[in-house]
Amino acid sequence: MSPNEYMTMGTANLPSASSAAGKPVGQQGKLKAVNLNFYYGAYQALHNISLDVPANRITALIGPSGCGKSTFLRTLNRISETIRNTRVEGEILLDDENVMNVDVTLLRRRVGMVFQKSNPFPKSIFDNVAYGLKVNGFRGRLAEAVEKSLKRAALWEEVKDKLHKSAYALSGGQQQRLCIARALAVDPEVLLLDEPCSALDPIATAKIEDLLFTLKDQCTIVIVTHNMQQAARVADRTGFFLLGKLIEYNTTEIIFKTPTRQETEDYITGRFG
Amino acid sequence: MSAPPPTGARALILRLRSGDEVARLITLTFASTILLVTAGLVYELWSTSSLSRHKFGLGFLTSSSWDPVTGQFGALPFIYGTVVTSAIALIIAVPVGLGAAIFLAELAPARLSSAFTFFIELLAAVPSVIYGVLAMFTLVPLMRDYVDPFLKKTLGFLPIFSGTIFGYGYLTAGAILAIMTLPFIISISREALLEVPVEQREAALALGATRWESTWQAVVPWARLGIFGSVFLALARALGETMAVTMVIGNDPAIHASLFSPGYAIAAILANEFTEATGDIYLQSLICLGLVLFLLTIVINALARLLIIATTRRGSAHP
Amino acid sequence: MTLRNRWRKTLSYFMLSLTGVCAVVAVSLLFLILGILVYNGWRSVDWNFFTKLPKPPGEPGGGMANAIVGSLEIILLATIMGLPVGFMAGVYLSEFGGKTFAFLIRYMADLLNGVPSIVIGIFVWTVVVRRFHFSAYAGGIALALILIPITARSTEQFMTMVPQTLREGALALGASKWRAIATVVVPAAYRGIATGMILGVARISGETAPLLFTSLNNQFWGGGLSDQTASLPMMVYTHATAPYDDWHRQAWAAGLVLLFGVLLANIAARLILSRGIAVQK
Repeated sequence: MSPNEYMTMGTANLPSASSAAGKPVGQQGKLKAVNLNFYYGAYQALHNISLDVPANRITALIGPSGCGKSTFLRTLNRISETIRNTRVEGEILLDDENVMNVDVTLLRRRVGMVFQKSNPFPKSIFDNVAYGLKVNGFRGRLAEAVEKSLKRAALWEEVKDKLHKSAYALSGGQQQRLCIARALAVDPEVLLLDEPCSALDPIATAKIEDLLFTLKDQCTIVIVTHNMQQAARVADRTGFFLLGKLIEYNTTEIIFKTPTRQETEDYITGRFG
Repeated sequence: MSAPPPTGARALILRLRSGDEVARLITLTFASTILLVTAGLVYELWSTSSLSRHKFGLGFLTSSSWDPVTGQFGALPFIYGTVVTSAIALIIAVPVGLGAAIFLAELAPARLSSAFTFFIELLAAVPSVIYGVLAMFTLVPLMRDYVDPFLKKTLGFLPIFSGTIFGYGYLTAGAILAIMTLPFIISISREALLEVPVEQREAALALGATRWESTWQAVVPWARLGIFGSVFLALARALGETMAVTMVIGNDPAIHASLFSPGYAIAAILANEFTEATGDIYLQSLICLGLVLFLLTIVINALARLLIIATTRRGSAHP
Repeated sequence: MTLRNRWRKTLSYFMLSLTGVCAVVAVSLLFLILGILVYNGWRSVDWNFFTKLPKPPGEPGGGMANAIVGSLEIILLATIMGLPVGFMAGVYLSEFGGKTFAFLIRYMADLLNGVPSIVIGIFVWTVVVRRFHFSAYAGGIALALILIPITARSTEQFMTMVPQTLREGALALGASKWRAIATVVVPAAYRGIATGMILGVARISGETAPLLFTSLNNQFWGGGLSDQTASLPMMVYTHATAPYDDWHRQAWAAGLVLLFGVLLANIAARLILSRGIAVQK
């Protein structure tokens, strides 16, 4: 869909994330990395990553600190470009189209991101959720779209009476769900989550994990987590990263029960990391 | 396989359309004005003093005649006056300022320290001309009737404290400068002292030092780079301070040993004579003086900033 | 306790008390200055002061209406010219700057900040007044040149304090870089930026030296912005250094009004800042 088409749509016509705009449900290759190498200056952080993210599934990326999983995630929506002196070699394909060929702001509408520490803007709850819509030229009824997003993020009931209060008045878990609502507002096809629960208590974490289950029907989800149990709970497929390489990538069951690589098994059984 | 990413001209057009490149260029243009102004400043000062520079050369800095009638101009009395008044200012302000900074950083409870610092920073906002008025009508009589005679009586054997007392002169100008530079010394030294890790003081105390000894021998030396930085910054301000000095220095373009006597400073003669200057060589000599002042303050400021940066960068690595 | 130890303890007590004295002296200076100004000036700050023109010495009832208006005019000119430039330069330094060019600009801005204001006055004289004439515009330009580097550095300082994660959050939603800056980063930093601007304007409104050779002074209303214009600081200076007691009285009054305005702006700015910077850490 071109930016012009998007901008002239009304509320009724926001495309649903997967079936209209891309691969059928469950098919491989919604988002693909092909021989991806990534450099911070002279230092190579990612070595030859090739990965196939299936549509409408939750894919988890696990590994010890510094293994490159977050770095990899950030190349997928090209947010890695905000850091100076970085270089990407290889390809990232969204629906078989190289993301470097797409206007980056359009890419980021289709591929949303939720960050490790919640980062709501210093604006009201309403304005936070509405931000992505405004920036992308949404012409429909803002209040309806905001309500819909907050409902999708399971936050509506808690904030519906205080939409115009500052986002900072919310608890940590609520702020993170607000960030998810904000990301969902523009109806992304893919949602990237970078350790979204690492700063949250178990109850808030559980709420967000439940949320991810409900979202995957509409969205392809890639989640980076250092919490193996979380990956085992939510993910359909899991990739294990170590020292900038993708060691093993398979269904979650295989990764956790019968890994084929020794490093994977060592990590799963807690021998390091 | 898919198409390779756009390069060259196509990429530039893509960037331009997104508005980011335009924004970058606009802000860049505004930022460049700073460069332009600085370059223009140096250029103008240099070129509109050329007559004077060519006539007097470096001797300008060492000659002490200032005679518009004969067209002889030398910078020495003004450099002397600027240096002397600034030195007096520092001699008074550094101990008092450092003392106050130590109190605020080490001894005062946090709320008292913040309140005091708030007032001291307001002191820095008082305009120069107000200090000048106060100096003229309050400080001058005070110096003339009490302080100067006292100094003359007790220390009159020293050449700097001998001679006729007018009230206007180097000492009074130095005194008002001291008051003006005090807030800078206090606030920057205080911040330098606050950066000192608490372990330093505790280590000294644990070895049996008194509170004062631990402060003076452990804490202050650690912060010395920042403190020196504050002194240099204060010096740079004192050198360029115009109005207050002009109003009390006495306007005598000669060198005098006695601190009681009137003198002159670079900023002061610029303020007084610039609009009255007749003839090119006169005017250009004044601008040459301005150039000297400009260079002086740049050098001192650069030193000050180096010292202050060195404090923040060194952190715990300590020579 | 040995004699030496007793001496050390006494010395400690004495020196530390001395530091307290220094601090008290420093703080009381502010109140002393205010007190002296009020004592000498309050009687002359009357309705006439704000509405009438200066009268020749000896004649009662004069005022400084032209200086108040003139100051406002010159400050307004300086603000219009200086704040946007400084703000944009600060945005460049914080958001777009590369390594070397930004370093150069930062260095030059700090350099300009340290230049004595009288030298700035000379510069504007050679560039503007020599070609045209003494005017409020020239005075405004001189003050703007002082305001620009101050504003640039303080804007940069507060913009860089905004956490990178806020920028990334905006970019990740599909905002272009300039959009993210304008709608997220600047609003997050606006308190600090506003404070820096107010403090800068307060600072230039008290400056006299740059006006000495640019806008000069004027005992009357003058012919508008392109004529030499009265200003409060210049009035304080000329009236204080004149040999008439009457004018000294006026100088105190003008000084009191000027100081009042400057201090008020400073206090307001600092209160705004202390309410918190609008970004959660």
